[in-house]
Amino acid sequence: MAGGAATGASVTTDTYAEARTWLLLPAWAVLGFFVLAPVGMMLVYSFLTKEFRGGVIWEFSLAAYDQFFFDRGLFGDEAPKIEWTYINIFWRSIWQAGLATVMSLLIGFPTAYFIATRPEKVRPIWVFLITIPYWVNLLIRTVSMKFLLRDNGPLNEFLMSVGVVSEPIHIINTNFAVQLGLFYSYLPFMVLPVYASVERYNFTLSEAAADLYASKWTTLRRVLLPTVKPGVIAGCILVFVPSLGSFLAPDLLGGAKNFMIGSLIEEQFKGSAGNWPFGAAAAMILLSMVLVILMVFARQQAKSGKEAG
Amino acid sequence: MAEARQIAIDVRDAVKRYGDFTALKRISLSIHDNEFFTLLGPSGCGKTTLLRMIAGFEDVTEGGIFLYGKEIEDLPPNRRPVNTVFQNYALFPHMTVLENVMFPLEMLGKGREARARAGEMLELVQLSQFANRKPNQLSGGQQQRVALARALAPQPKVLLLDEPLSALDLKLRKAMQIELKHIQRETGITFIFVTHDQEEALTMSDRIAVMSAGELQQLGTPGEIYEYPRNMFVADFIGETNLLEVSVDAFAEGRAVCHLGGGHEMKVDAVEGIGVGSKVHLSVRPERLFLTDEKIDPDALHATVLENVFVGTNIMTIVDLDDGPNFTIRAANSDRGNARVFPEGSPVFVNGDRGAARLLVD
Repeated sequence: MAGGAATGASVTTDTYAEARTWLLLPAWAVLGFFVLAPVGMMLVYSFLTKEFRGGVIWEFSLAAYDQFFFDRGLFGDEAPKIEWTYINIFWRSIWQAGLATVMSLLIGFPTAYFIATRPEKVRPIWVFLITIPYWVNLLIRTVSMKFLLRDNGPLNEFLMSVGVVSEPIHIINTNFAVQLGLFYSYLPFMVLPVYASVERYNFTLSEAAADLYASKWTTLRRVLLPTVKPGVIAGCILVFVPSLGSFLAPDLLGGAKNFMIGSLIEEQFKGSAGNWPFGAAAAMILLSMVLVILMVFARQQAKSGKEAG
Repeated sequence: MAEARQIAIDVRDAVKRYGDFTALKRISLSIHDNEFFTLLGPSGCGKTTLLRMIAGFEDVTEGGIFLYGKEIEDLPPNRRPVNTVFQNYALFPHMTVLENVMFPLEMLGKGREARARAGEMLELVQLSQFANRKPNQLSGGQQQRVALARALAPQPKVLLLDEPLSALDLKLRKAMQIELKHIQRETGITFIFVTHDQEEALTMSDRIAVMSAGELQQLGTPGEIYEYPRNMFVADFIGETNLLEVSVDAFAEGRAVCHLGGGHEMKVDAVEGIGVGSKVHLSVRPERLFLTDEKIDPDALHATVLENVFVGTNIMTIVDLDDGPNFTIRAANSDRGNARVFPEGSPVFVNGDRGAARLLVD
């Protein structure tokens, strides 16, 4: 009897184990096909030799990385100097994405707070309204933005008609236009996670802070913000990361001068002028940068969490 | 009560309306300095609204609230020298216990003495060893005590407590009741305590305001409220009672002779506003009645035992007055005195002390 029962139990365990393997298969397939394979391919391609009409020759080469960081003159025979062109583009991308993230936070946090403090019944309506523009394709929205902002567009016409400015302000093809475009592209990624954490916030804590002599500003700084920090961090990552690699907004709104890393990468894979290994290398460098930034962030979080605990 | 005491909180004709709904219907009451004052009532009676108005979280629709003679209506919560212990504690989750208690002191610009003072407060509530824990690492009772220490740290003139014990289990609640009372005595701070638990109110309070449906029903010491309930609501809400509708037949020696139905009569101390033929309510406390098998008292009522219920410390006996109403009688579960259990169906006599029954005016 005892032996039979044991066998029965082990059969059940085996069945569960087998079922688990099969049920996990989709997850592994998605990870494999959509994460590991593309990143692996990119990594491999970045170490190959370029073919002049696009594509690669299967021959190991460090040329792509070398081109990114070093300048060896027009014919490649001079002593290597640091190549600043791409590093500058990189730096500008981080700066632009960072400013767009700050803008999203400054506008997105009050928005999320506003929605979270509405009556429970109307909150979904506000969330819905926030997301409606994002049903339209990003390209269309970015082009519309360009029309809105241009010198004789509706924004300038309005500003001139009410007499705020006497001649059109030049927005298009500036850094600011790119920041504005990125901000507009990714704003919901800030609003939604922040909203989710503010909605869970226990507003009695704000009352308690006020009761204990804290002003409104102090309550925000010392009680509300620390409590909803995870949502704010998630929002910042979700805006910063895609902004960093974005190419639509910089291309359409920033013009040639305000090139970002995303455009640089995109160009390497377009037409016969491209350089696949160089594009792959730039993408790998971008990926590592993002990973490093996120890891530093995560470590700091863990540290501050430990200190407080 | 003979000496005139300073008034800590004076609520004058306070009205609170939310749109068409009136949460508080013109309430006036004065809370003395150094008093343990309880607002007691069922949920929705307006007791928490009144507390929140004193704290500054709700504004006053009409009337005024005065703190030691000074009108505080226009002061925001962070400018009022009153502190609140919240029902769900409202401890800041990202701060340690010590940081929570230091918070109000820092806000008042007393950063230098904050640590020492917070330490003292934690000692007062016996939580010194948990100073560096986070609130979620503490039990409910411990969190409660941190909330208390935090609210007491800035030495408020009045401490407001919004059902602070309702989330604790019975044993812990009893212990905290005694501890709260001790702390109130020790600190000399005026406590305004909100609860729906009448037993808790009776145990802890110097005075109780019984509220219902946005109105003040009765204000008095626990003894006054228990022994002399002013109306049906108070008699029913505080303790257990036998509520009967009776008619007044006659008056004799300052006592009203009340007809209970079925020919039974009971003599009760008369109150103002009743005459012969008045239909009034009578409240009879079950523990003030006792049963005998022989008619010793000429006023004793004849009845039959319906049921005995054992409730640990007490035995509840339900009797049926022959052709009249039912009565519940509570006797201590003890061999002393005249407590005796009569089997179901046995004929008995119901006797009461002079103060057992009270007429209710409204």
